[in-house]
Amino acid sequence: MNEQQQPAPARRYSPLRELVLARLREFYREPEAVFWVYGFPILMVVALGIAFRNKPVEQIPVDVQDGSQAVEVKQLLEKDNRLLIRVHDEATCLSRWKSGKTDAVVMPLSGPGPRYRLLHDPTRLESQLARSLVNEQLTHPATSAESALVREDELQEPGSRYIDYLVPGLLGMSLMGGGLWGVGFVIVDMRIRKLLKRLLATPMKRGEFLAAIMISRLCFMVPEVLIMLGFTWLTFGVVIRGSLVALVFLVFLGAFAFAGIGLLVASRAKTMESVSGLMNLIMLPMWMLSGIFFSYERFPDVALPFIRLLPLTALNDALRAVMLEGQPLTAQWLRLGILTGWGVGSFVLALRWFRWQ
Amino acid sequence: MNAVIHCENLVKTYDGKPPVEAVRGLNLAVLEGECFGLLGPNGAGKTTTIEIIEGLLAPTSGEVAVLGRHWGRGEDDDTIRQRIGISLQETKLSDKLTVRETIRLFRSFYRNGLEPEEALRRVALTEKGDSWVVKLSGGQRQRLAVACALVGDPHLLLLDEPTTGLDPQSRRQLWDIIRDIRTQGRTVLLTTHYMDEAERLCDRVAIVDHGQVIALGSPAELIARLGGEHMIEFTLKDNGAFDPATLNDLPSVQSAQKESGQYRLAVRELHVALPALLGRLQQTGQALSGLVTRHVSLEDVFVALTGRHLRDEESPKS
Ligand SMILES: Nc1ncnc2c1ncn2[C@@H]1O[C@H](COP(=O)(O)OP(=O)(O)O)[C@@H](O)[C@H]1O
Ligand SMILES: [Mg+2]
Repeated sequence: MNEQQQPAPARRYSPLRELVLARLREFYREPEAVFWVYGFPILMVVALGIAFRNKPVEQIPVDVQDGSQAVEVKQLLEKDNRLLIRVHDEATCLSRWKSGKTDAVVMPLSGPGPRYRLLHDPTRLESQLARSLVNEQLTHPATSAESALVREDELQEPGSRYIDYLVPGLLGMSLMGGGLWGVGFVIVDMRIRKLLKRLLATPMKRGEFLAAIMISRLCFMVPEVLIMLGFTWLTFGVVIRGSLVALVFLVFLGAFAFAGIGLLVASRAKTMESVSGLMNLIMLPMWMLSGIFFSYERFPDVALPFIRLLPLTALNDALRAVMLEGQPLTAQWLRLGILTGWGVGSFVLALRWFRWQ
Repeated sequence: MNAVIHCENLVKTYDGKPPVEAVRGLNLAVLEGECFGLLGPNGAGKTTTIEIIEGLLAPTSGEVAVLGRHWGRGEDDDTIRQRIGISLQETKLSDKLTVRETIRLFRSFYRNGLEPEEALRRVALTEKGDSWVVKLSGGQRQRLAVACALVGDPHLLLLDEPTTGLDPQSRRQLWDIIRDIRTQGRTVLLTTHYMDEAERLCDRVAIVDHGQVIALGSPAELIARLGGEHMIEFTLKDNGAFDPATLNDLPSVQSAQKESGQYRLAVRELHVALPALLGRLQQTGQALSGLVTRHVSLEDVFVALTGRHLRDEESPKS
């Protein structure tokens, strides 16, 4: 052994590591923040999943006037399980019809000419549906599969349900919210507390500080995404058709783009009010336009090119393409370009405008 | 002696309507190894001055040199930052970090410095190492702020109002910590509006008012300049009114003033002045309702220089 006393080597401290750790600790020690970031999106999926779950086939009430043919007609119509057939005398049928309790009334006729009289209301959608279902049963009973012109396929498998459409949208939405709040709010809070100024009075490198904020945001995001995808997979059977690597890449790119925008929003704001106002100004249009809950294709054609330029639209479209259609990233250069552009552009502007004190 | 801080003709005007001239031509030289105090009332420009020295504010005009280097000149910024430690007048450190984590974070920014444990020991926070910042008392938080300033083992410490708002015991504890830092050969610049703090802690004091240094010297020198070492304060029955100037000719009296019913005499020798004063009051038929004597303080120096009290802003009297 060497007898000579060596001074203990100075312990190495990595500012980047310490800054990221500080952010992570602050976050996980704040139960409310944890709830809003992780719990809230899950609650949202559950609520929407229940609200829009595939409902059992809705039954359409149709009355049949009592008489000699009533039983036969009832049996014929009941072959379509969407119809709910009740038999009543004429007066009851008419009064139920008038009060809207039934969507159509079938009155078997005797004598020459048409065999049935069908009461319906062309201005009521349900009544029209009842009319066509009844017509179909009375005029083409028991179409055999061979002679049919149209082969009907019922589509209810995972991948094409509303919940499947919804999950990528919610994922995009939570990446947007997390990025903007997780970065913007934190920075403005530090500015108000004069902590930013205090840090600036140390030899801390500004780039490292900003990098730490971005890195910690990406760290928070990982469980956020895993919980969301895991939960919807377990409860609704939502699956990912495309490559997992592509999905991970997209999620990181989206988180980066929104963290950049969050940084930009926070670069000058001096009060919580101004930063919240700006955040809502940025997020609200995207909540409405970027196809979270329903397709933005319903907006006027002239608006579509602009809507597609929004970062959340690009992210949602890309997420859906990967998760629902199994497309590779190479098929979506434009969307990736839009996201990267937003991220890099706002990051650069934020660095230029950032108010450190 | 080397000047660790050198300010020449420092001016800072805040934009606004109207613009605020916070610092108006301030000159300062802080020497190696001393504890220097900027003493002045609220709004005097102390924070503005110290933040200019810290490189956090740009002066409107004037020169600042810190450790012989200048802000904004290439490598100088990092060199200065590595060698100074500061505490701001108000900083809210992160509530949910522990004391030790906070110190580690600040330690990580410096190339060389103290072990976090050593910094904690110096401010007597070792036992609180694992407590969240939110759980600390005001005095403990302030000590943590000083520990964050110390952890880079700085040559120069700049502390803005380190004891404002603290209870007397916490203040004394901080004074001990600051004295300890000074004993280790570090230079300290602090601001305060407590005259007793400046008197007990500082080797030299600059009294600042309206953005200028109006007096400079050791507390003892400043007090000596008033002429008398003692102060007699008295009030008269029936609010008896007579001109304090008529007392100036009493033996050993250096100056006489009256302020809101209270007469104040600066005297050199109490045993000479006091009997003479009592005799004069008897002659003129005035009856005393109260009389105290005390040593002259920096407060009296400030009053003599400006006609105002250091803490005027906080207790509006005049
Ligand atoms: N950011 C600012 N903008 C405008 N005026 C300011 C600002 N900061 C301080 N002042 C004004 O400058 C003067 C000096 O303030 P300050 O340096 O904080 O004094 P002190 O620290 O001695 O109390 C005060 O009149 C204060 O109101
Ligand atoms: Mg101040």
